[in-house]
Amino acid sequence: MLSTRIIPCLDIKNGRTVKGVNFEGLRDAGDPVELARRYSAEGADELVFLDITATNERRKTLIELVRAIAREISIPFTVGGGITSVDEIADLLHAGADKVSLNSSIVRDPDLITRAAARFGSQCIVAALDAKRTNGSWNIFVKAGTEDTGLDTLDWALEVYRRGAGEILLTSMDKDGTKSGFDNDLLSRVSALVPIPLVASGGAGTISHCIDAVQLGKADAVLAASIFHFREIEIHDLKVQMQQSGIPVRLS
Amino acid sequence: MIAIIDYKAGNLMSVSNALLRIGADFQVTWKREVLDRADAVIFPGVGHAESAMQALEERDLVSWLQHTTKPVLGICLGMQLLYESSAEGDTRGLGVLPGRLERFDESRGKVPHLGWNAFSELRDHPLLDGLRAEQQMYYVHSYYAPVTGDTVASCDYQLPFTAVAARGNFMGAQFHPEKSGENGEVLLRNFLKMVRG
Repeated sequence: MLSTRIIPCLDIKNGRTVKGVNFEGLRDAGDPVELARRYSAEGADELVFLDITATNERRKTLIELVRAIAREISIPFTVGGGITSVDEIADLLHAGADKVSLNSSIVRDPDLITRAAARFGSQCIVAALDAKRTNGSWNIFVKAGTEDTGLDTLDWALEVYRRGAGEILLTSMDKDGTKSGFDNDLLSRVSALVPIPLVASGGAGTISHCIDAVQLGKADAVLAASIFHFREIEIHDLKVQMQQSGIPVRLS
Repeated sequence: MIAIIDYKAGNLMSVSNALLRIGADFQVTWKREVLDRADAVIFPGVGHAESAMQALEERDLVSWLQHTTKPVLGICLGMQLLYESSAEGDTRGLGVLPGRLERFDESRGKVPHLGWNAFSELRDHPLLDGLRAEQQMYYVHSYYAPVTGDTVASCDYQLPFTAVAARGNFMGAQFHPEKSGENGEVLLRNFLKMVRG
């Protein structure tokens, strides 16, 4: 059985992790490489690094970081945040990233998915969708959830798939940061509609939220940040309870 | 020295990093004289079968690969290209393993098969020394090699398919040992041991 993946997400700024991370025994909790190593040892199935740096140095710092992560850890990782061109994707993949996640740039330029998938293969192109409930359906938002694109999330999910995205990372802007559970209604609709793997994001607060995202939301993977960073939930405990609920997981 | 074949399409950095971590002596190359000097070859690959075969042809590597007697380990697309053909772009492969790659069925589950999965069956093979069926490896692929006489390990997604194939000096893993944590390192170390004899 294919295991449901558990994916910690790390926010990066100027090569350092942003959110306060409460890890005992870490020499430097702001060092993404050390955190990555720790999560990998604790049983994370993949990692996502989201770069929120807004300076001109961004690209260079990020490439160096990706190189360092790729040297150190032997599980897959995705890099996202402000990626706008095929050249930039090439640099990140060449530095050792396994996948890149594309968000605002593909709303502006949907053909970027097509070009990137044609050049590097769909397996490394993740479409990140930020959805917010708007008048009974869900619209796609960009610029950290501040700008309504008017795109319907289900239509957009289908389009990114048709253009060659290999995976969808779906964040509920309504749920993100609330710790009140995932938007399983939205997740299950996208999962039923689009035949590529779906990563659930936004709303993780408890272990049962994560189980619901899989059983009700039909997600193939669960992404979370703060519950892992602040050690509110241990990855191992989460996986044991998922397994007890009948969800296949990787327990090493 | 292990030669990692550089034909542009590959997951070269990941494979190089994995070999660095296990302390292997390797070179990333497509030059014939380096390949001829190598004790073994790793044939990586991600992406599309058709463009990968074109890249191999451009670098004049097809015949060398088909005729080498050195141990060859294909990884992911590299493993798939060892077969005769693939439904992906109706591509002709190297043909050192009989069989044709087929596509997973989107009506029966998500495609690609992406994530960690265990083995459904493991046969005795030096490449698999120390590995148990329940140990999971990381997969990303939309096409699969059916189970044949060359299958030494199988995995199950929609149907049983070849996870590891071996025929003489040609071996291949559908999953990414370089991305499969410690379990993947076991397989890579086994390959090194086979090379050293």
